[in-house]
Amino acid sequence: MSFLELAGIQKSFGPVQVVKDFDMTIEKGEFVSFLGPSGCGKTTILRMIAGFETPSAGTVVINGRNQNELKPNQRNIGMVFQAYALFPNMTVHDNVAFGLKIAGMEKSAVDARVKEMLGLIHLDHLADRYPYQMSGGQQQRVALARALAPKPQVLLLDEPLSALDAKIRVSLREEIRMIQQQLGITTVFVTHDQEEALSISDRIVVMNGGRADQIGTPFDIYNKPATRFVASFVGTLNLIEAKVVDPATNRIIIGDQEITLREPLGSIAKAGDKVSLALRPEAGSIAEGAKGDTALTGAVISSNFLGSVIRTRMKVGDAVISFDMFNAPGLMPPAVSEIATLRFTASDLLIIRE
Amino acid sequence: MKTQKIGAWLAIFFGASYFIVPLIATFEFSLRMRRGEYSFDAYRSVFSDVQFRESFSYSIVMAILTIIFGVLLVVPTAYWVRLRLPQMRPVVEFITLMPLVIPAIVIVFGYLRIYNSSSYIPFTGSARGTDALLMFSFMTLSLPYMYRSVDTAMRTIDVGTLTEAAQSLGASWPTIMFKCIFPNVMSGVLSGAFITFAIVIGEFTMPSLLNRPAFGPYLQLIGANRAYEPPALAVIAFAITWGCMVLLQLVSRFSKSAPSKP
Repeated sequence: MSFLELAGIQKSFGPVQVVKDFDMTIEKGEFVSFLGPSGCGKTTILRMIAGFETPSAGTVVINGRNQNELKPNQRNIGMVFQAYALFPNMTVHDNVAFGLKIAGMEKSAVDARVKEMLGLIHLDHLADRYPYQMSGGQQQRVALARALAPKPQVLLLDEPLSALDAKIRVSLREEIRMIQQQLGITTVFVTHDQEEALSISDRIVVMNGGRADQIGTPFDIYNKPATRFVASFVGTLNLIEAKVVDPATNRIIIGDQEITLREPLGSIAKAGDKVSLALRPEAGSIAEGAKGDTALTGAVISSNFLGSVIRTRMKVGDAVISFDMFNAPGLMPPAVSEIATLRFTASDLLIIRE
Repeated sequence: MKTQKIGAWLAIFFGASYFIVPLIATFEFSLRMRRGEYSFDAYRSVFSDVQFRESFSYSIVMAILTIIFGVLLVVPTAYWVRLRLPQMRPVVEFITLMPLVIPAIVIVFGYLRIYNSSSYIPFTGSARGTDALLMFSFMTLSLPYMYRSVDTAMRTIDVGTLTEAAQSLGASWPTIMFKCIFPNVMSGVLSGAFITFAIVIGEFTMPSLLNRPAFGPYLQLIGANRAYEPPALAVIAFAITWGCMVLLQLVSRFSKSAPSKP
């Protein structure tokens, strides 16, 4: 039996159904991220696990116990909020000790646990500070320590990095992952930032319109997107419309250029049908000697220097394809209107099933 | 630029003198009890009057009770309106503004009709019952100020998220209210408390018509029968009110904690 089970979860606010028949199981110690745009239902699911929202249908089971009948303060779930939510009238020590005192721990045990938690987040020297005397990153680390102090059975993170600047966000997400692995705590993380989700998760749930479009490892989500939405939401992706020439031999035509797919087309489409294909920008190259069994030729529309990479867009028939080249001294970006040949491996061209 | 500054200072001077000159005149007159020289005899007379001490003590006790019960009514109400019933905000705001629109005399006559000794809830049937009724009427009078002070303080904290954070840590509703919410709206509570204190000390209509020995009716009684004590009492009342205002400023300035900012 899985540690956290979400079975047939539905949630409606009035006539609007924000979560539709959501099923998922999460193993003990797993780090699962819910990724999706605003309004896709990811935070609502998190809030249902925490008990702040009641499911319209379905059950939340943690460690074999149905949580639906339990109030939020009976669930033993740690939660970190986007807005930190530290108690402004309490010092860092008192914030971290709050849950422990409620649990009825003795003062000496509380002090020891607080010290341990503050050591874990490297803020033991700021125990006497008030929240307003600390930076956003420090406050969020204290919020994490506070949530972890009572040893919750599940840790919920509701976009905890969204309010922080880019540098702090990267370092804190690494810290969160390290602490999570160290404590082996089952964690559910909600974010709309794909990079965050890809970098720290064991599995990712890509949410779209109240449903899970795909649940998989970061590698699978990025490299084998199950739907057009996942393909377009996770990473930068070229979506190319092509026409099937011969499904038996996997031949398709893009513009006026015929190529062969590696994925079998037979069961998906017949001759003359249109199919959607996906190609990651990093999959192709126009450099001389570039490897690849497949090529498309087109005119360069633009070339943008992005620091570590140069992103070039070229037109092939009606399709516009972007591809990235790593920056290197002496590399000359292609000029606009220049005819270039993009080489890539046929297996990188994925068929998108709607 | 300079002319503008002088104009502004002149305006402030005239505005201030409109309030200060009568006060100085009152104070000066209160010192003239002894013929031919200034003295604090009027103040001595006031402070040595048993009725003054009794009425003042009575009003202070009433003020403290009004503040305690007012806070217990207003803080949970403002909290609940913010957290769960935001659609009720206009209704609650309207109700809390009623005491500013309905004269105190109308309210107290309403009380006397509803809570008289032959009614179902005979508050006025005993002295303690009338005291309780008077305290509730003071609560009503201070409602516009108390509610707004607390609500404004509550606006500076994220009530919803703090509540959820406390709940996720296992806190019950009383713990959330007294450990997480109250301390963070304390500046608002104290602001409301001081205004309530000033209102209760100076209120005449309600205690007079309910026949309770409060400071307001005493002020009126002395004013009607003596010459020098009324201005002395007026100065004392001003000092108390202003003292409350200063405390209010100090509290809002020295409120120790500030809300965490995302």
